[in-house]
Amino acid sequence: MKAHTLSVLVENRAGVLTRVSGLFARRGFNIESLAVGASELPGMSRMTIVVIGDDAQVEQVMKQLNKLIDVIKVSDITESEIVDRELALIKVNAEPGSSRSEVMQIASIFRAQIVDVGAKTVVLQVAGDPGKIEALERLLRQFGVKELIRTGKISMLRGAKTVQPTK
Amino acid sequence: MKTGAKILVEGLQREGVDIIFGYPGGVILPVYDELYDSPIRHILVRHEQAAAHAADGYARASGRVGVCLATSGPGACNLVTGIANAYMDSVPMVALTGQVPTSLLGNDAFQEADITGITLPVTKHSYLVKRTVDVDRVVQEAFYIARTGRPGPVLIDLPKDVTAGQIDEVPPLPEKVHLRGYQPTLKGHTRQIDKAIELIEKAERPVIYAGGGIITSEASGEMVQLAERLLCPVTTTLMGLGSIPCDHPLNLGMLGMHGTAYANYAVTESDLLIALGVRFDDRVTGKLSTFAPHAQIIHVDIDPAEIGKNKKVDVPIVGDLRSVLQTMLHRMKKRDDRKHWLAKVRAWMRKHPLSYKSDGCLRPQYVIQELSNLLKGEGIIVSEVGQNQMWTAQWYCFRNPRSWLSSGGLGTMGYGFPAAIGAHFARPDETVVDIAGDGSFQMNIQELGTVAANNIPVKVVILNNMFLGMVRQWQELFYDHRYSYTELPPVDFVGIAKAYGIDGLRVEQSEEVPSALRTMIETEGPFILDVRIEREENVFPMVPAGAAINEMIGGHVVPERELELAAAEEGDATFRPGRKAV
Ligand SMILES: Cc1ncc(C[n+]2csc(CCOP(=O)(O)OP(=O)(O)O)c2C)c(N)n1
Repeated sequence: MKAHTLSVLVENRAGVLTRVSGLFARRGFNIESLAVGASELPGMSRMTIVVIGDDAQVEQVMKQLNKLIDVIKVSDITESEIVDRELALIKVNAEPGSSRSEVMQIASIFRAQIVDVGAKTVVLQVAGDPGKIEALERLLRQFGVKELIRTGKISMLRGAKTVQPTK
Repeated sequence: MKTGAKILVEGLQREGVDIIFGYPGGVILPVYDELYDSPIRHILVRHEQAAAHAADGYARASGRVGVCLATSGPGACNLVTGIANAYMDSVPMVALTGQVPTSLLGNDAFQEADITGITLPVTKHSYLVKRTVDVDRVVQEAFYIARTGRPGPVLIDLPKDVTAGQIDEVPPLPEKVHLRGYQPTLKGHTRQIDKAIELIEKAERPVIYAGGGIITSEASGEMVQLAERLLCPVTTTLMGLGSIPCDHPLNLGMLGMHGTAYANYAVTESDLLIALGVRFDDRVTGKLSTFAPHAQIIHVDIDPAEIGKNKKVDVPIVGDLRSVLQTMLHRMKKRDDRKHWLAKVRAWMRKHPLSYKSDGCLRPQYVIQELSNLLKGEGIIVSEVGQNQMWTAQWYCFRNPRSWLSSGGLGTMGYGFPAAIGAHFARPDETVVDIAGDGSFQMNIQELGTVAANNIPVKVVILNNMFLGMVRQWQELFYDHRYSYTELPPVDFVGIAKAYGIDGLRVEQSEEVPSALRTMIETEGPFILDVRIEREENVFPMVPAGAAINEMIGGHVVPERELELAAAEEGDATFRPGRKAV
């Protein structure tokens, strides 16, 4: 069992997300994250899906995804050279004084930005691979993380290679 | 100016639709109004489930796309079982449903049901059409998707304002449908075919395991030719019956839970399994780890997701079976050095035949055998689900593809009778017989109304055991004879038929069977034969769920001294090895 990153090109149409997520639920596949948005191709969206399973299970996931009429292309890019990015917003307790400056220090080490400052909290925005976000969250826990929102990761092949519609 | 309904009905005509099975209601009225003077025939069923099964039966019997039609909400929901049934058995179907107007969608309006959502897991694809201008394109795409690749049901949900709405001009359609997310592979990969041929040439104990895919791709001829050329025995799944004539010397009949012992033995002993259009269903394989344990496996299927899904495969070939088999035939030489293997298989056939007691009691197997003799294995035989289905699969001598319609994947009681109606309209010159259980028949018994109103000449043989027989059999064998809620009180089926104006006959003695069957077949129009069979007859052999397929119970073993005598029977042209009344 390991995490596989799938880059999926789909028709940008009502119901596509339901079809994809329904398929995962129905066949008992475990999704770790799913991120979706428009692509450079007209009428198509890209999804990055992180799925946990052994090779046979993931092969079955990909085949089943491919059967959906609205799915144009499915690539397992786990073993490729990829850029992985995820964005997280973290609202953390930071009373003015020592804890606030400590939080700000940690943020700067992680190149996280402070996007909101409240009376007792700050909101950090951090981008990076999922490991980095988890590390930051761990460090901030001592101050009290009030809310954490992650986008799920998006992944892209490095170099000139792309995932294109040649299903 | 054209309404959406008119565009729809013209689109159906363009797709070659000649008949629709349906049931009207409020929001589908624009479509019904358009059907009023359309050349497309409409059969009014008595329950929407029957419309879906009839469309399914029509499709299986003809190979064309079956069409059913229902209103929104309850009408659409009643189709669901029939759609799921078609999905599991890869039957090409287009289901049309009415929907509340787009302005009310999502409002829990009267008779609103999210039918595209409800059917998502049981359709190959679905459309909720929101604009009249899309109707024509959606119809074209839906039929294309339903019938190509691995066929399946496609649902089109039609809000009332879309069918009632008018547009000035219908945008022209492309000559050929192009969907960037849907391009089924038709031709097998050459290198994989090479590898398959290599394995076949090396094999000493090959078995062909053929399923519904052979029927769907119209590849029976090629499959039989391949078997003959390779001297390779063939076993079929429930769905594959009819792909090779029952009395073909290489045919081992059905395998799996209620398969023949010799088919299960052959698969277990084989060193190469040539799996054609099958999906290694648990009812076939039994315990997976002991299924064909000595065999390498070649698996040909149009659906890549079926390959390697349940069982690891040595040579996967994705493609249309007919085309793949043609390529193989082209390149394969005749083999006649597998006599040894065949002799072994033959010996199993003699020693472990399918059997039933011929002791004067009225046995269901006898009824089916007699029907098979009477119709010479021709006609279209439909079954319900349960013991009736397994007995028919075992004892009817199918000779042709598309002559056997049965709910395989979903196992839907109530499938047979409406499917028989659909089959009649697909091939009106054929005798169509539904072999039923008294339980299943009562699941769609209301279709007697459809049959009577249209004088549809389908015949129903009810193997009436006054039990939910197959469930009772499991209770007998695995639940210590505790028949919990499986007994059915006697029903006067002939009386019910009469009330609908349909002829019928009750049979209580074995001797009456041949003449009663003849009366049924010779009677013009529909006929109900209520056959009171031995109540606690079982379907044997049987592989208990989860056991290896060579661990069957209840099979018959012919004693050695009889085997010696039986050798003489081989010369008799009417002798069917592997089937025996004892
Ligand atoms: C719709 C549906 N409900 C329940 C079942 C479970 N089931 C399988 S076989 C069977 C009994 C069928 O009884 P009957 O139609 O009388 O046929 P028999 O087995 O007696 O030939 C039942 C209840 C089913 N297959 N389909």
